Amino acid sequence: MDQTLVVRNLSMTFGGQRALDDVSISIRRGEVHGLVGQNGCGKSTLIKILAGYHHPDPGGELEIDGRPVKLPVRTGSASELGLSFVHQDLGLLPSLTVVENFRAWTISTTSEWFIRWGQERKRTAEAFARFGVGIDPRARITDLPAVQRALVAIVRALDDLGEYTKNDDTRGGLLILDEPTVFLPRSDRDRLFDVVRKSVALGASVLFVSHDLDEALAVTDRVTVLRDGRVEGTVTSAETEKDQLVELIIGRRLEAFEASHRTHTAGESSHVSVADVCGGTIKNVSFALDEGEVLGLTGLVGSGFEELPYQMFGATPAVSGRMTIAGVDHDLAAMSPSAAINAGMALIPADRQGSAGVGSLLVRDNVMLQVIGQYRPYRLDRGRYLKDARGALHQYDVRPPEPMMDFQALSGGNQQKVVLAKWLQAGPKVLLVHEPTQGVDVGARLQVFETITRAAAEGMSVVCASSDYEQLAAICDRVLVFHDGQIMSTLVGDEITKDRITEQCYMSARTVKPDEDTRMRA
Amino acid sequence: MNQVSPGAAGEPLEPVERGPQPTKKGLNLGDYAERFALVGAWLVVIVVFSILAPNTFFNVRNFTTMFGTQTTLVMLALALLIPLTAGDYDLSVAATLTMSGMVVAVLNANHGVPIGVAIVVALALGALIGFINGFFVMVFDIDPFIVTLGTGTVILGLTLWISGSQTISGVSNWLSSWVVERRLFGISLEFYYGLLLCVLLWYIFDFTAVGRRILFVGRGTNVARLSGIRVGRVRWGCFIAAGIIAAAAGVLYTGTAGASDPTSGSTFLLPAFAAAFLGSTTITPGRFNPWGTFIAVYFLATGITGLAILGVQTWVQNVFYGGALVIAVSASQVVKKRHERAARL
Repeated sequence: MDQTLVVRNLSMTFGGQRALDDVSISIRRGEVHGLVGQNGCGKSTLIKILAGYHHPDPGGELEIDGRPVKLPVRTGSASELGLSFVHQDLGLLPSLTVVENFRAWTISTTSEWFIRWGQERKRTAEAFARFGVGIDPRARITDLPAVQRALVAIVRALDDLGEYTKNDDTRGGLLILDEPTVFLPRSDRDRLFDVVRKSVALGASVLFVSHDLDEALAVTDRVTVLRDGRVEGTVTSAETEKDQLVELIIGRRLEAFEASHRTHTAGESSHVSVADVCGGTIKNVSFALDEGEVLGLTGLVGSGFEELPYQMFGATPAVSGRMTIAGVDHDLAAMSPSAAINAGMALIPADRQGSAGVGSLLVRDNVMLQVIGQYRPYRLDRGRYLKDARGALHQYDVRPPEPMMDFQALSGGNQQKVVLAKWLQAGPKVLLVHEPTQGVDVGARLQVFETITRAAAEGMSVVCASSDYEQLAAICDRVLVFHDGQIMSTLVGDEITKDRITEQCYMSARTVKPDEDTRMRA
Repeated sequence: MNQVSPGAAGEPLEPVERGPQPTKKGLNLGDYAERFALVGAWLVVIVVFSILAPNTFFNVRNFTTMFGTQTTLVMLALALLIPLTAGDYDLSVAATLTMSGMVVAVLNANHGVPIGVAIVVALALGALIGFINGFFVMVFDIDPFIVTLGTGTVILGLTLWISGSQTISGVSNWLSSWVVERRLFGISLEFYYGLLLCVLLWYIFDFTAVGRRILFVGRGTNVARLSGIRVGRVRWGCFIAAGIIAAAAGVLYTGTAGASDPTSGSTFLLPAFAAAFLGSTTITPGRFNPWGTFIAVYFLATGITGLAILGVQTWVQNVFYGGALVIAVSASQVVKKRHERAARL
């Protein structure tokens, strides 16, 4: 009875694509087990199978605390089975108090007519005390610092497990932490790990999903690495160096390689320069780009790289920072989308249906929105307006090139072409894109690449924030790798390959902490 | 709280645009039927009542009366249409109508202010009310449903105060002369004012960049904002426009009666909503549109007039308007679902 979770020969196929391929993992009782791998390696698929969200291919087996569990897992049965999840978003209602959040599940399923709040508060306080956490159950979630919110979510999940293990020594239960730390500063994470260790001491096991390899090695007993849906290996954390883990993750040996670490500061010759941006995760970031350059911004989840395009565009204003475009200076703290457009910028956000185009309106009106002011009002319904809309659709190869249909009726790739056409028609000087090929089919993906590189060839400066390393390698002249809201390294020229970018994303932490640095080189 | 705003999250109230859909032979029959279903229903209602009451319903006088007496409602519904398109509710329009009518009466009849000046003051007041609504909605970021519910009630209270809770009569004949007494093709002039406003809004919504921007603000606030549209200003402007048009409706209302009473104007609120929503199921199904609203008002008026002629009591008005609102909203939801399904295929 020493295995809490056993997964055997689990596979999962999405439309011909193997997301998981014959995966077997076992987690010992009282163990903190790490799960790492690149985006798309199958981590989330595995977690979602455990949560009952995905139905795996037949043939896999699952055992929890020695009891076989039928696959697919029935949704909603997780807590009966001894599984408890904490996801990245924590699943807390911010406007409610700690006790309301903590007891939400119990309260909503109880058949009592009267909630004894005093008793509920006491129970909550007891649960916190058990894990050595001091949080006032009456506090509102919004008033708590981020680390305490994460603690509330974790202790709540552990408390759920408590119900399952009650009066049964054969049961341990498994806490699944799906990157709950990405948005926390490093210094605060230790408090979470204390709680994790305490829970293990009480008999639970933990599956710890993380992008941060230092963290994974520090907090876990063993780590399993997934690559392309397969288990690449399971290593004992205490005997493993970060380099070895990175090798497993990217599937080849690390070469002797020094990132260029060039720091770009605003130079007079550059077309666009951004100086000292602060806000959100971003801390004091400066960079410059030339006319016709495609600059990639990347990093792991939580590194903050994806916030920059929105800050430059004024969509989510920065706290401070300056930006110069073609000699004109702008204050980023006072930036707004309309000012950004006047300054010659365009933003193509990742959220296509919610931020880039209106699904329930015509393709014609979506594609013409930025240039509509140039048309004579009484001709708006037909004539040149419609003809130009159709022309733009043909030019960007939107299929079908039919302006009079709803935007939402197009496929993801064609929607993205419409959005590109909408902005490029207006002739911006700076194009900001965020995950431009998310939810875009392979054919359209290449067309999006072509469109972006062609725009750059015509002199546009392009900033592409993306976690798709292959895409960055395909289109970028230079890639900035972020960590903790700062630029950790810069890749140029031949250095820009998918593997190098991946490696830099995972390794970039080494330059932050000198002590780790020495450890790495040892 | 956001749930009640048609723009924020009021899914059932956010219809899907139905432009002329491309097919090999132009419009297909289903789309055509959908676009003109309400017009058809209107004709059916007319035929039915004409058979049931051949003498009293089916005569020219009845029709000219029917057309000539609905302008207040037409204008109010059109006023409502503007914020609705921008995704906002304005529940204060009926109160604005009442107050504006009362201001004209009090200034002109009690204080001897020339009627022209009184009208200008009333319209300016409408603009001010819209400005105040917009101020609270934008500056404090409050749901317009709540703001306008509050301001509407305040306005009704102020109207009772300035009128001393009395009906004020003795308004200059010049006003009634230009509103009801003068006729063109047998129909009171006010009908044409409503028609003119309808044409104006149709032009703005369908043929100008401003109209398109309002539509984008209503359908996708974030898209509009990231496209450089000053969403706050647009919504604010829509409240002001609604205030001015509601005030104009109030002037006509006072003109129709030659007097103003401090309460009856608020009964227009629900019919105006019913007409706006019913109108969004026709002409451009899935979109609030002026012609649909115009037709919806006369459809509802025809039904009520017919029933009244058949001798049904006045309670039927409430049943008719209330029922129409619920059915209209349900119908627009059905339309929306159908279009979403079609879009997925």
